[in-house]
Amino acid sequence: MSPKTLYDKIWDAHVAHESEDGTCLLYIDRHLVHEVTSPQAFEGLRMAGRKLRAPEKTIAVPDHNVPTTLDRANAKTMTEESRIQVEALDTNAKDFGIHYYPVSDVRQGIVHIVGPEQGWTLPGMTVVCGDSHTATHGAFGALAHGIGTSEVEHVLATQTLIQKKSRNMKVEITGKLRPGVTAKDITLSVIGATGTAGGTGYVIEYCGEAIRDLSMEGRMTVCNMAIEGGARAGLIAPDEKTFAYCMGRPHAPKGAAWEAAVAWWKTLYSDDDAHWDKVITLKGEDIAPVVTWGTSPEDVLPITANVPDPASFKGGKVDAAQRSLDYMGLTAGQKLTDIEIDTVFIGSCTNGRIEDLRAAAAILKGKKIKVKRAMVVPGSGLVRAQAEEEGLADIFKEAGFEWRLAGCSMCLAMNPDQLSEGERCASTSNRNFEGRQGYKGRTHLVSPAMAAAAAITGHLTDVREMM
Amino acid sequence: MEKFTKISGVAAPLPLVNIDTDMIIPKQFLKTIKRSGLGVNLFDEMRYDRQGNEIADFVLNKPAYRQAQILVAGDNFGCGSSREHAPWALADFGIKSVISTSFADIFYNNCFKNGILPIVLPQEAVDVLMKDAEKGSNARIEVDLEAQTVTSSDGQSFKFDVDAFKKHCLLNGLDDIGLTMEKAKSIDNFEAKAAMERPWV
Repeated sequence: MSPKTLYDKIWDAHVAHESEDGTCLLYIDRHLVHEVTSPQAFEGLRMAGRKLRAPEKTIAVPDHNVPTTLDRANAKTMTEESRIQVEALDTNAKDFGIHYYPVSDVRQGIVHIVGPEQGWTLPGMTVVCGDSHTATHGAFGALAHGIGTSEVEHVLATQTLIQKKSRNMKVEITGKLRPGVTAKDITLSVIGATGTAGGTGYVIEYCGEAIRDLSMEGRMTVCNMAIEGGARAGLIAPDEKTFAYCMGRPHAPKGAAWEAAVAWWKTLYSDDDAHWDKVITLKGEDIAPVVTWGTSPEDVLPITANVPDPASFKGGKVDAAQRSLDYMGLTAGQKLTDIEIDTVFIGSCTNGRIEDLRAAAAILKGKKIKVKRAMVVPGSGLVRAQAEEEGLADIFKEAGFEWRLAGCSMCLAMNPDQLSEGERCASTSNRNFEGRQGYKGRTHLVSPAMAAAAAITGHLTDVREMM
Repeated sequence: MEKFTKISGVAAPLPLVNIDTDMIIPKQFLKTIKRSGLGVNLFDEMRYDRQGNEIADFVLNKPAYRQAQILVAGDNFGCGSSREHAPWALADFGIKSVISTSFADIFYNNCFKNGILPIVLPQEAVDVLMKDAEKGSNARIEVDLEAQTVTSSDGQSFKFDVDAFKKHCLLNGLDDIGLTMEKAKSIDNFEAKAAMERPWV
């Protein structure tokens, strides 16, 4: 048999039909659904009189619009439009008989945190969701990617997607990370090296010692931002850490089924002589805590650097960099550590897991914030409960952070958690696009530890100086 | 879905790289439960000021480009989220084709589901078409899907690649779900086999 990559193996195990031109029907094992990209799909099914093919493989949770304030049970905390969208999901979940975690359920949270937490996401699966950060689930060695609403409808009706295979790209992070450097710094550094279109047309497999050394939470952070590098999906081969994470989760297999599953999962790795269409290698020890200065995730530099001169770029990026500096209110040559921060946001499907909260709390312990406002939005109700149990919530509150309920929150600012015009935020989220966190809001993407450091000093700060 | 065969129309130049889906349709407009009516909010934060007044120098507000059917844009158009609201907004405005050197993957696929043809051309070709687009409403660019060509107003023609299946669907306005349902037997067979091999799924 010819050698295969991990992606090849998962792909081959899910092709339900292949046409002569290579167009395939890829079978979908798990379909995650949220309130923003699904209403038109359910409506389409109703209009055409179609049913769900596999409601038992479909899991829904509202996350994008939901308020994160403690009074959210009061319907008035939501705008009329948001309320309609969440209610539409309530109705669709009931009408079509899918698994559902409503706002009132303690297990509710960001769809990409709930999926793994409940054991829906398992190695070797195909996972899709009408959300680009579905790449997160690749951390389990699952082929996971975002789809549009028409494709959501297609999966609901047929449990398949019309796909052509992507190419294979290997991103290897060798050696060890230095202290203060996290999964977020890895994934941003990779995007900095490849550009936001560097992964277009590829599925990335992340490998190497520094990736192996990451926890499952860290691996999810790395895969989460594969889309920001343009890739269809990011993958990490499952190993003992993966199995340990999955074991005992509510929807993970048990007993003999578990044994059979693990036996198959252990075959899910790239063969030594597999073919790669593109290879990127970074040394773990070369990666520093990083921060974005512009309005694209590729605009990333080590915290010790200065704001770049637009003239130092090539082609269309010269104008784009100038536009970014104007938007961000920065000057070429300015030290990144001199940039003052108004707001700190810790949360999102990138960095809203328990380990992220621990990393931030370790920096914040016994300190007070100097920024105007700071908030922690746990990725799920269960992450929140665990953080309370571990005493992390108290550390955040004593430091001056708001301690919120779970949701997507200020990552994309569809709910009331938004930046105001000109407000500058150190954010653990995934996109620094213009207007992303609020009209004319300014976003600097950082790791949770770096966000905590900025909260304490009031400006972008090298977290290594506080360790 | 509406068929796409050939169009000849005004092309609006948007020479920015990395135009993301938040620029195409900001999040406050994702709260709809319909597909229609988003055209008025296309490029909202570039197109209107905070009071809702048009920003005169944004390309789609200029008289020459208000009826544009084609966009010529910089690298990596449509990067960011999976929101299909982006192609819905473009289609609702009247855009039928977008030309760039590269597109983000999900956006590219979403276009085909909504009767929009995204066209990838080399930098030199995009540069020519960008210049052509800058001439205004007298310069009409022709896009012929059957022949897979884009022709500038002065007759320069560029050949583009498109996946044969996607082309077929767009030319005939075919509904993906209907096509897939014709292969239900294959899906049944797959499910039966997978249930044996991976019963835990």
